[in-house]
Amino acid sequence: MIGEWLDIGWLGEIPVRGSRTVPVDGGEEIAVFRTGDDQVFALVNRCPHKGGPLSQGIVHGHSVACPLHNWNIALATGQAQGDDKGCTPVIPVKVSGGRVLICRAGVLQAAA
Amino acid sequence: MNFQPGTIGEGAAAADPRPHLVVVGNGMAGCRAVEELLARDPHRYRVTIFGAESHVNYNRIMLSPVLAGEKTFDEIVINDAAWYRDNQIELVSSDPVIAINRAGRTVTSRSGRTLGYDKLLIATGSDPFIIPVPGKDLPGVISFRDMNDVDAMLAAAGKGGDAVVIGGGLLGLEAAHGLTLRGMKVTVLHLMPTLMERQLDEAAGWLLKSALEARGQTILTGADTAEILGTDAVEGVRLKDGSVIPASLVVMAVGIRPSTALAREAGLAVGRGIQVDDHMVTSDADVLAVGECVEHAGQVYGLVAPLWEMCRALADGLVEKHSGYTGSVTSTKLKVSGIDVFSAGDFSGGDGAEDIVLRDASRGVYKRVVVKDDRIVGAVLYGDTGDGGWYFDLLKRQEDVSQLRDMLIFGQAFAQGGGAADPKAAVAALSDDAEICGCNGVTKGQVVGCIEKGACSLDAVRAGCKASASCGSCTGLVENLLAVTLGDAVQAGPKTMCRCTSFGHDDIRREIVAQGMRSIPEVMQMLHWSTPDGCSSCRPALNYYLLCALPGDYVDDQQSRFVNERMHANIQKDGTYSVVPRMWGGLTNPTELRAIADVVEKFNAPMVKVTGGQRLDIFGIRKEDLPAVWADLNAAGMVSGHAYGKSLRTVKTCVGSEWCRFGTQDSTGLGVKLERGFWGSWMPHKFKMAVSGCPRNCAEATIKDFGVVCVDSGYELHVGGNGGIHVRATDLLVKVTTETEAMHYAAAFVQLYREEARYLERTAPWIERVGLQHIKDRVVEDVEGRDALAARFWHSQTFSQEDPWAERVAGAAREQHAHMAAFKPLAVEEMA
Ligand SMILES: Cc1cc2nc3c(=O)[nH]c(=O)nc-3n(C[C@H](O)[C@H](O)[C@H](O)COP(=O)(O)OP(=O)(O)OC[C@H]3O[C@@H](n4cnc5c(N)ncnc54)[C@H](O)[C@@H]3O)c2cc1C
Ligand code: SF4
Ligand code: FES
Repeated sequence: MIGEWLDIGWLGEIPVRGSRTVPVDGGEEIAVFRTGDDQVFALVNRCPHKGGPLSQGIVHGHSVACPLHNWNIALATGQAQGDDKGCTPVIPVKVSGGRVLICRAGVLQAAA
Repeated sequence: MNFQPGTIGEGAAAADPRPHLVVVGNGMAGCRAVEELLARDPHRYRVTIFGAESHVNYNRIMLSPVLAGEKTFDEIVINDAAWYRDNQIELVSSDPVIAINRAGRTVTSRSGRTLGYDKLLIATGSDPFIIPVPGKDLPGVISFRDMNDVDAMLAAAGKGGDAVVIGGGLLGLEAAHGLTLRGMKVTVLHLMPTLMERQLDEAAGWLLKSALEARGQTILTGADTAEILGTDAVEGVRLKDGSVIPASLVVMAVGIRPSTALAREAGLAVGRGIQVDDHMVTSDADVLAVGECVEHAGQVYGLVAPLWEMCRALADGLVEKHSGYTGSVTSTKLKVSGIDVFSAGDFSGGDGAEDIVLRDASRGVYKRVVVKDDRIVGAVLYGDTGDGGWYFDLLKRQEDVSQLRDMLIFGQAFAQGGGAADPKAAVAALSDDAEICGCNGVTKGQVVGCIEKGACSLDAVRAGCKASASCGSCTGLVENLLAVTLGDAVQAGPKTMCRCTSFGHDDIRREIVAQGMRSIPEVMQMLHWSTPDGCSSCRPALNYYLLCALPGDYVDDQQSRFVNERMHANIQKDGTYSVVPRMWGGLTNPTELRAIADVVEKFNAPMVKVTGGQRLDIFGIRKEDLPAVWADLNAAGMVSGHAYGKSLRTVKTCVGSEWCRFGTQDSTGLGVKLERGFWGSWMPHKFKMAVSGCPRNCAEATIKDFGVVCVDSGYELHVGGNGGIHVRATDLLVKVTTETEAMHYAAAFVQLYREEARYLERTAPWIERVGLQHIKDRVVEDVEGRDALAARFWHSQTFSQEDPWAERVAGAAREQHAHMAAFKPLAVEEMA
């Protein structure tokens, strides 16, 4: 039984202040981020500005700076910060026993 | 730091031939005078300071916040033990001087020690005035003057109960406030009809009284103390009208008297205070006096601001520079949190004086400015004291305010800016000698000077000139000064690195080296970063600065690099990457071309392009495929071209003497040598070089960061060119005769740029900022400096010439390229 949460790997596989990607067949790639205080967030790997791959940005605090034009996206909400407007879908994620789990419904929604 | 009897005047002293300055009084004025002296000439005098108290030098005016529990003693220390030690000052504490022998030029202390002096400085401050009523000597009756008094009040407050404060002036009210906060039930007895009558007019005094009563204090005005009651300890106070107020603590704060007994007994001229001239010299040329104990031009002062001016004049005099003290106008603030009271000058009115008054009962604001002959002579502010500094400044400068009159009372922003209440404009308009920090006597000019010397944060200003380092009531002003001063200097002066810090790039680099910091978190910790782990501006910069400072030692932080450097390829707008292999000096051969062609086919790269720097750029590679692409290119002997990095990118060449009929030297050969020597070095920004074989300059060497133009007699070395948004032609650095010299100068120049430019500053703006002469001084004129720079560069190169592609191919940081997991949503659905 896989249930509501999908196991995508060990937390240790994601660099601190970095991210890893999870492609979804027929759907949008997901970026899973790990912050300096060891929290994990997942967003669709697409910047609301011009689609930059957020997974490749610099993670600082609970934000990521997009690698293309340096928009800052809040990891918890997907909202662009400061004067910029736009939002990236958020996928629920949690860590349990050192394993990173993402929400199946969230993945499917992003895939849709 | 107590001395054992008999040690003084021997040992160290005998070995020290400098004239001996003995200071009596380890208080605010005495120590400040010594500080001022040290600032002018740290070695001129051997200094000994006698203090009656057992403490190091502390900020007496901050005793009120200590009593109120808003500060600790440690926080109000001005000079700690290390300061005395570092400046070789002997501090004799807990041992007051009891006699001065002017004929023998010695002083004698209570413990019986006698010490010779060449110059004597008396800074004994004031004695609290104790009203001569019965019971004044009972235990539980104290004054409010030093740390011992505060300790006594705290001990009494610890037991709770009733306290009586005699005196409704500045000091009494601050004591009453502190005791109230410490849980005592406080009654203030004040002889006059209104509180702080010397600083406030009736209206403001009344507002103050209501505010204090609202905080639970009982304020009795017109209250004349007849007797302090009690047998073994204080039990209460009886007034002349017969009423009795119970009390277990009585604080006498009715005034101070200059402490002149010592001077008087020594036969110095004493009036109300020890009489001094404009250089703080007493009637004896070798005896000086400063602070509250002195009388200058018939005036005595009970506030710190005038003392600072006296100390400056005194120190100038001691180093034979004559400035002179000309008296002070004073202003006062009440340090009772939540109650803002300010007063300055004379507000008693009188002939020809006009009052301008504003009352705003609902906001609890009262302002009164007294004008005489179009000049401000006094001001009283209650509730909103923000414009106090401005009024005081106008008052001290005797400015003609007839033009401002109508709007004067609404404050500076209104009177000068037509309503725009911009506090920055307000501080900008203050004159240089306007006082910013009353506690420490710091003027606007001094704060600005401190900022201009590189202090670009509140902390740095506090450390540099002490402004805002005490009660903090001027913090807003200092912050505005920072904003105004640094704002003006945005292009020229230091700007903060990013919003995470108040330091500028140059400060941070200096501190990293000075304090030997070794990691990004350490820098953020030590320099008080305001964010948990920085931002996308500061992290790459810090990573570079550490890398540059600690070659071979510092462990690069991948997560602090922009994506291009992290992926060793250029990200393009669709999220794919382009890859540029190195072609030394722009040369290539069939193997390399074949390898490139194969890669293009194998990975379906949609485009190959010749770059402006004579390299081939392969576009459209997916992040996952990068290691495989690099592996194939490495196999053909090619390494990363660093086209993505803040590092040496390309060395462009022409064909030079080998083929060209004009060529004077082997420009291609030199280009290859340069590229082989310099590749891999991280820089503040991208860095390009070129070598042209003759002044026809086919390699466009004069718009490169470092360009060589070969001529018959040698090599012209050019620097600071840029073909970017702002095209800039190079400046000629120097002409040399051999290739070896050209390489040597290039290394020195590059290293200077690496060490001194700010991150993301290319050579062109850097040179324009620091000036070509600076670079010539360091790289051309200073032979040893040039050799040292070059040596540091080559040392650093021994660590940096690792091909990042090869490392990745070998498996380093594999997770950068591989996906963490992959999903097929339908399959997932099935499994569920
Ligand atoms: C509670 C309090 C709050 C204050 N608040 C303010 C304020 O808000 N603003 C303001 O401008 N001013 C304020 N003042 C006044 C300010 O502290 C004084 O103006 C200032 O300290 C005077 O400096 P001074 O060096 O002349 O005297 P002090 O700082 O008093 O120093 C004199 C020192 O000499 C020592 N001494 C005396 N005789 C001898 C001797 N024979 N041998 C050795 N040592 C001796 C004393 O023990 C003392 O340590 C306040 C004062 C107090 C007590
Ligand atoms: S710069 Fe001079 S030497 Fe080089 S190719 Fe041009 S003309 Fe020939
Ligand atoms: S695409 Fe992300 S900032 Fe432009």
